[in-house]
Amino acid sequence: MKLLRLAPENTKFGFMRFRRVSYPLSATLSIISVLMFLFVGMNFGIDFAGGTQVDIRAKTGEAHIADIRTKAEGLGLGPVEVQQIGSDADVLLRLNVQPGGEQGQQTAIAKLREAFESDYEFRSVDSVGPSVSSELVQSGTLGVVVAIIAVLTYLWFRFEWQFAVGAIIGTMHDLLLTVGFFCVTQLEFNQTSIAAILTIVGYSLNETVVVLDRIREVMRKYKRLSTAEIIDMSVNAVLPRTIMTATTVFLALLALFFLGGHVIRSFSAAMIWGIFVATYSSVFICSPMLIYMGVRSDVFDRKDKDAETAAGADAKA
Amino acid sequence: MLRFAPWKLASVLALVAAAVLLVVPSFMSADTVDALAARVPSFIPLRQIVLGLDLQGGAYMLMQVDDASVVKAQVEALRDDVRQKMRDGKIALSGGIVTQPRGVLVRIADPAERDKAYSLLQSVSQPIGGPLAGGNGRTLDVSETDNGVQLTLTDAAVADKVRHAVTQSIEVLNRRVNAMGTKETEIAQQGLNRVLIEVPGLQDTTKLKEIIGQTAKLDFQLVADPGDPPNEVETLPMQKGGGTITVQKRIMVDGEDLVDAQQSFDQQSGEPDVTFRFNLRGGQKFGQVTTENVGRPFAIVLDGKVISAPVIRSPITGGTGQITGNFTLDEASSLAILLRAGALPAKLTVVEERTVGPGLGQDSIDAGKRAAYVGALLVVVYMIATYGIFGIFADLALAVHILLIFASMVLLGATLTLPGIAGIVFTIGMAVDSNVLIYERIREEAHLGRSVLSALDAGFRRAFATIVDSNVTMFVAALILYLFGSGAVRGFAVSLGLGIITSIITAVTMTRMMIALWYRRLRPTKIPI
Repeated sequence: MKLLRLAPENTKFGFMRFRRVSYPLSATLSIISVLMFLFVGMNFGIDFAGGTQVDIRAKTGEAHIADIRTKAEGLGLGPVEVQQIGSDADVLLRLNVQPGGEQGQQTAIAKLREAFESDYEFRSVDSVGPSVSSELVQSGTLGVVVAIIAVLTYLWFRFEWQFAVGAIIGTMHDLLLTVGFFCVTQLEFNQTSIAAILTIVGYSLNETVVVLDRIREVMRKYKRLSTAEIIDMSVNAVLPRTIMTATTVFLALLALFFLGGHVIRSFSAAMIWGIFVATYSSVFICSPMLIYMGVRSDVFDRKDKDAETAAGADAKA
Repeated sequence: MLRFAPWKLASVLALVAAAVLLVVPSFMSADTVDALAARVPSFIPLRQIVLGLDLQGGAYMLMQVDDASVVKAQVEALRDDVRQKMRDGKIALSGGIVTQPRGVLVRIADPAERDKAYSLLQSVSQPIGGPLAGGNGRTLDVSETDNGVQLTLTDAAVADKVRHAVTQSIEVLNRRVNAMGTKETEIAQQGLNRVLIEVPGLQDTTKLKEIIGQTAKLDFQLVADPGDPPNEVETLPMQKGGGTITVQKRIMVDGEDLVDAQQSFDQQSGEPDVTFRFNLRGGQKFGQVTTENVGRPFAIVLDGKVISAPVIRSPITGGTGQITGNFTLDEASSLAILLRAGALPAKLTVVEERTVGPGLGQDSIDAGKRAAYVGALLVVVYMIATYGIFGIFADLALAVHILLIFASMVLLGATLTLPGIAGIVFTIGMAVDSNVLIYERIREEAHLGRSVLSALDAGFRRAFATIVDSNVTMFVAALILYLFGSGAVRGFAVSLGLGIITSIITAVTMTRMMIALWYRRLRPTKIPI
């Protein structure tokens, strides 16, 4: 049986040469992401912005968007966002945080129920008060920061500090570009998006670790090669695996995106984007950092001599 | 590479068998499980996986104890204490007691009595948590001012009261919800001042909010005389029919001493009313007040609204009484439930509410299943296309991996949510990563000219360190997500975290065994990938 190979065999790409392109490119994209975040902003869902969101389905099987809009706006609840989701019958209504504190949200739900209950089935009602939404923002941000610190501490123990720095920069890059992705697409940013971001951070570090592991191994083996050559050799060696894993994860996420329902669509979209960014950054951003930080193979001399003897048998010319 | 102890193989097989046993009930209907449970020995766990409210439908409500109302109640109690002390000490006040947001100010008419008042009032301040609590901190700051004494609640006292209020609220809410007959309601504390209520299957929360949203604080206050000082009376709205009524601020008797309340009917008019009974202390107080105030109207106040204000015709010394107030039958029985369950120590406000109808829940389950099946199928096919027989080994390991996630969720009683399903689908993609790392390494080693056996061995050995490193980073991310995430996001963290652990077991250990068995049987001369 002829087996499928997406990555060509024994590649010898000069990945490190691309750093003259990838660094300016990534820097530009990161800056654009920050600017977009500051001046355009994300489309915060009610988890973070507060407010009320109801998902209703027409009992007749067909929802009248225009009718719903007029009716909803006549309730005196401020601007109402009306959006068709999935089938013809399903509509999502979203209200901003109502004045009058927590009680105001409750009144709004009651009004919506009164107005639409006879013709529409209430499939879900979500209402997040101002005090909770600000806490969710805090815990979400804290979670992302703590996760990064924890993982980097692990990397710092496991690798040399230069590797950890390379990983930080790569992770930050992925984080910024994911934020940029949410700004550009205006996909709803909610609690599951935080989950997506943290998973992307995890995946990005996972990718980075695999590449760094190999770089360290190759560095111990070939002491005379330049850092760039070593990194190129390592990235080429793990390239089939990188492509293979990115593809399996991508396939799983693709199924989730198309079949998982609208509730987790923005989650799946962000994850798909994250897989690409993380794969790119592990090769083109993290690894070249080692060159800039002047990592030489002699950083390992103090650490281990036995690895060299073990590797000696495998060395090829 | 080839040798592994038979007990290892046996334990892997046992693990798989146990997992199957754990998972099977979740695919049966609840009735079948109940019927089976009666027949199989009890050591076999017949548990179904717990579905989150987003999948089974239901209501989730996060309620917050209103700190301000806790403080307000404390200030009111303090005012009554202070008034009693001043009466007992026969100290004349000028202009009564001024209530402030966090305390009271007592103005003393005669400067000579100020020291006496100060020392009397110092005894109002108690060690936090009662006299026996070992006293770190007191409930009040007591200080002398130019013309009187200032008493202020300490921060520690307020925090202590809020903590009490939360635990007490949970008890009261449990009693109320049980009286309503709602099944499987979960009521739990969350954070410092929040209470979480989860009711599976409930869609319209209006009725629930009526029952749990009311403080149900019952007070008996005398209707004011024209001669009462203005700062000792308050004007309250009537509960029905509009209008207001002015009553004395002083609470003569309150609902705390109620031991029972039942819906009943008025003997004369036949209208629904509520019959209540006091404990001994409450009965005595009630008897005393009604004896001293025959002929005066006595207001029955619920949550700051006057239900009615009947005139006391004769002393009521039996410890029981009726509340009438033009109730409907429904209102009277709700009031009886509320009074029986007791008052909430503070006002609870809904800060977050999420309800999912059963239709959407089922749709989410279906969508999640479809995504999982298709995602798994794509990965399985792709793995076989790329690695042939080794791909089949990886796919078998993948199947066990999914089985183990579900089994451990059943075992831990973890809740499966829609993001949880997303997490499982994601780990389907990630679980094969360990296999990919190993297989690619085997290929590399084979390219270097190693023999089949030596390449297999080196592949597993060298890839292992990388697998550990990369999975630790992923696991840390999942752990943090669990600790900081809330609600549905935790479901994702659980399945991601469990998935990482099980994937190492299946992708490394199981695949290795399968490849070893395969090699022993076929003795191939070439790596098939």
